[in-house]
Amino acid sequence: MMIGVIRMKCPADIVEKIHEYMDGELGHQEEKKLKEHLHVCSECMKHYQELEKAVAFVKSTSHIQAPDDFTEKVMKNLPREKRTVSFNRWLRNHPFLVAASLFILLMTGSLFSSFQEDNKFSVTKHENVIVENHTVIVPEGETVKGDIVVRNGDIKIEGTVEGNVTVINGNQYLASAGQVTGEIEEVNQAFEWLWYEIKSIVKEVVNVINED
Amino acid sequence: MDILVKKRIKQIKKGDQDAFADIVNLYKDKIYQLCYRMLGNAHEAEDIAQEAFIRAYVNIHSFDVNKKFSTWLYRIATNLSIDRIRKKKPDYYLDANISGTDGLDMYSQLASDNPKPEEELEALELQDTIQKEILKLPEKYRSVIVLKYIEELSLQEISEILEIPIGTVKTRIHRGREALRKQLRHL
Repeated sequence: MMIGVIRMKCPADIVEKIHEYMDGELGHQEEKKLKEHLHVCSECMKHYQELEKAVAFVKSTSHIQAPDDFTEKVMKNLPREKRTVSFNRWLRNHPFLVAASLFILLMTGSLFSSFQEDNKFSVTKHENVIVENHTVIVPEGETVKGDIVVRNGDIKIEGTVEGNVTVINGNQYLASAGQVTGEIEEVNQAFEWLWYEIKSIVKEVVNVINED
Repeated sequence: MDILVKKRIKQIKKGDQDAFADIVNLYKDKIYQLCYRMLGNAHEAEDIAQEAFIRAYVNIHSFDVNKKFSTWLYRIATNLSIDRIRKKKPDYYLDANISGTDGLDMYSQLASDNPKPEEELEALELQDTIQKEILKLPEKYRSVIVLKYIEELSLQEISEILEIPIGTVKTRIHRGREALRKQLRHL
C-alpha cells in the first residue's frame, strides 16, 4: 500500500511534534524540520489540518453570554453583609447629608449645653460670702474685696463689697448698712446679658491697653 | 484592570457587597461560557455559574490578593462543573431517542420560536454538533480543551486552575485534540 510506504518514512514522534507545534512549543530548528516533512508527506499534512480544523470548530463556538439578569440573581443570593459596612457605604455615598446632619447635631448640642449653663446658679468665688438657696449673702461686718457676679440667683448685701456687683437673671438687695464701692448692675434679659458680656470684654481690652 | 479587581477584592473582604457586583459583571460571561461548554445545557450552566460566584464571595477571605483572581474563580467554576458532570444522571439527554417515536430525539421536540433563515439554521446546527462533540470528551480532556480554546487561557494558567503539572495539561490537550479530530474531521 502507498500509505504504508509514506508512513514508513515518517518520524516516530511526528504526531507529538505536530501537537507541540500547535502549542507553540517547538524551537526554530524543529519547526523547520516539521514543516519540511509536512510539505512532502500528505498523510501527516492531512492529520495536521484535521487537528487545526477541529480547533477552529471549537473556537467558533466561543461567543455566548450570560443571561441579562445574571448579576442581579447572584447579588440576591449572597448572604447578608455586615451592618457596619452598609452604614459606612451610606456615609460615603451621602457626604452632603452627613455634613449637614453633623452640623445640625453639633449646633443643637452647643445650644442645648449653653442653655443648660445659662440656667445654672453660679457666683464668683469669695471666702466670706454665704450661699443659701440661690441667694448670695454678704453678711454684716464682712468685707468682700473684688467684684461679685451672680448668675441665676439673688444677692443680699449687708456688709461691704469693695468692687462691682453684677446680677444676671436675679435681683440684688442692698441693706441699709450694706455698702458697694463700685457699680451695681442687674442684667435680666438675654440681650442685656450679651451686652454686658461685650462690655466686660471691651473693658478688659481697654484695661490691657491702659496697662501697656 | 488588575488594579481595579484588587481594589474591589479588598472592599469585598471588608464585607462590601456592592463591590462584588462589579466583579460579577466583569467575569460573568467567561464563567457562564465555561460552564455552558462543560455541561452543554443553559439551565445547568447558569445554575453552576451562579454557584461559583456565590462560593467565591463566601470564601473570599481564603483568597490571596497577590494572586490572580480569575485563576481562582476559574478553579471554583471548573471544579463545580466537573462535580456536576459526575453527579449527572444520564436519564434525559436531549439527543436520546424518545420511546415510541422513530428517530425523533428531544432536539426535534424543542419548539423554535421563529423560523430562521436557512444559513443561520445551518450555523446553529453546526454549533450544536460541535457542542455535542465537546460533551463527548471525558471530563479531564473537556476541561483543558474548553479552558484553552473557549476561554483562551495559557497552558500555565490552565495548570494553575486545575492544579496539575503543566506537562499533564499538555498531554491532555494533545489527547483531547486527537479525540476531537476524529469526531469532527467529517464535517
